[in-house]
Amino acid sequence: MMNGAHDLADPVVLDPTGLDDLIAALRRRGFRVLGPRIADETISPAPVDGIDDLPAGWTDVQEPGSYRLERRTDDALFGYAVGPQSWKRELFPARLKLWSATRDANGEVAVEETPTEAQPTAFVGVRPCEVEAITIQDRIFLSGTFTDRDYGERRSAAFIVAVDCGDPASTCFCSSLGTGPATGGGFDLALTELLAHGHRFLVRIGSAAGQEILSDVETRPAVEQDFTDAADVLDRADAELRGRFDPSGVRNGLVRNSESPHWDDVASRCLGCANCTLVCPTCFCMSVEDRSSLAGDEATRTRVWDTCFSVGHSYIHGGSIRPSGRSRYRQWLTHKFATWQDQFGTSGCVGCGRCITWCPVGIDIREEVAAVMGRKEEHHADD
Amino acid sequence: MSESTKRAKEPRRPRLAVWKFSSCDGCQLSLLDCEDELLDVTGAVEIAYFLEASSATVKGPYDLVLVEGSVSTPHDAERIQEIRRSARYLVTIGACATTGGIQSLRNWADVSEFTRFVYAKPEYISTLRTNAGIADHVTVDFELHGCPINKHQLLEVVSAFLAGRRPSIPHYSVCIECKRNGVPCLMVSDGVPCLGPVTQAGCGALCPLYTRGCFGCFGPKEQSNTSAVAAEWKRLGVEDPRLLRAFRGITGNAREFRRESALHE
Repeated sequence: MMNGAHDLADPVVLDPTGLDDLIAALRRRGFRVLGPRIADETISPAPVDGIDDLPAGWTDVQEPGSYRLERRTDDALFGYAVGPQSWKRELFPARLKLWSATRDANGEVAVEETPTEAQPTAFVGVRPCEVEAITIQDRIFLSGTFTDRDYGERRSAAFIVAVDCGDPASTCFCSSLGTGPATGGGFDLALTELLAHGHRFLVRIGSAAGQEILSDVETRPAVEQDFTDAADVLDRADAELRGRFDPSGVRNGLVRNSESPHWDDVASRCLGCANCTLVCPTCFCMSVEDRSSLAGDEATRTRVWDTCFSVGHSYIHGGSIRPSGRSRYRQWLTHKFATWQDQFGTSGCVGCGRCITWCPVGIDIREEVAAVMGRKEEHHADD
Repeated sequence: MSESTKRAKEPRRPRLAVWKFSSCDGCQLSLLDCEDELLDVTGAVEIAYFLEASSATVKGPYDLVLVEGSVSTPHDAERIQEIRRSARYLVTIGACATTGGIQSLRNWADVSEFTRFVYAKPEYISTLRTNAGIADHVTVDFELHGCPINKHQLLEVVSAFLAGRRPSIPHYSVCIECKRNGVPCLMVSDGVPCLGPVTQAGCGALCPLYTRGCFGCFGPKEQSNTSAVAAEWKRLGVEDPRLLRAFRGITGNAREFRRESALHE
């Protein structure tokens, strides 16, 4: 729905109060609003009532295997990179009951499918890499012959407020993969937080729904200064991110090096704990757990997050087809960067760096990819 | 078909026996702790031998035998053989039965010295040189880990037995439960030494939920890379004596943890 003052394509400017009003407008329309909040010593999506809930003046300092919150010298509301929880949890829940069945006294079995409870939800503060990750998961769950109804309903009920990245972490490498630091498409609204010349947000409108919400919020048209400041923010981020990963030739490089001795090297350090795959915003491995009651008259099937790092994930009759740490690590990395391209037409990695930060032993996939391909990775965050 | 003929045609309920060896009784208690499901349990199986619940006992053989505790005396070693012979399907429950439990600490010490300190007449004490889990003595059909075991996992094992299917009990890491619960890694966010990456899931990642590192109560996960986690603990400033104690804890006699603890002696 279009209304009056703004054309869909024209960016506008909000001040922090305007952002507060935007959150209020979303809530009035029945959206559950999730935004960045400090919880468990991290910044993670959680329900927010307004900008007072956002992590004003906080940033995250990330290194392989380490994440710490620190105070900023300003009051930026989105002055951090990405936290441990991706939006995957909202669209592809960690546990989902698929159906239950009962058997009556006559042996008749009745199966009841669990209805989806997709509540309209606004995701505020989605990073460009995360928007891209959602687009990748859309392809996994919603294209092709078999689609995931639950994912589809949750996805349709989502309103995305993206926020460009002004302060990437050392583990980030989005620009090497073309997924950031500026938001491409796939959003309802995309914000760039501006701190120079007054705290405000440049807002790009990506959908009619985004346009409609803004009708409830006081905005002004963006002027030259706003665009210049936004370009500065993104240029600085871009300069910081430059050269952190070289994706050229990775597809064939990994596939050709499937017998590289380096797989043994990384397997000796890898815990096989699966943290990397579960924090990854595109990893979609799942399993189903079937339960039956003691009396044998009730059964349930629950879908749970699984991982290619568990021995059971590749279990087929007779045993696991990826029985070693080496074979499982190779499967993960090769799928993520190489065979994913054959399967879904894009890289499976968006460069958010979560698997690097949240690996308890700090294994850095950028280095592992380079080492497997036999090239020295020269681009490092703190080089 | 009348109700009475139907009942007569129903197969008899499988007989359940619960046996205790060297242990604290906590895992057996998990069965009584089922509360809401307890009536379903008694409806599904005949509780034939379970002293913690009833002094009335029925002689074997038994269809499903749950064994708690470790083998620590010559008498235990004989008794477990008899129990195995009376059991169609034998499940060990808890850290003591599956790994030897905390009492395995004596495997690294002088037992005769202990008995001299503890007992007025140590000559009456007859004990094996080492304490061990049940599978070191007899064939075990299924091992349910934990200190104590998780009651939902116990119900799953019993339900699976009754349905003739494989129990859905994972062997992967505690980390997977942490991530499903939405708990960020404590090692990464706060430098807390945690055994979660080398420990089998099953507890629901209880300790990390309360910002405590995992103690390894459920024993080693599948293909546990203990040396990599030990190296990381060292990086976090943990020294050998504490590493030794961490691996030589409740499940310290489990092969992978036993090997790792020896490296920090």
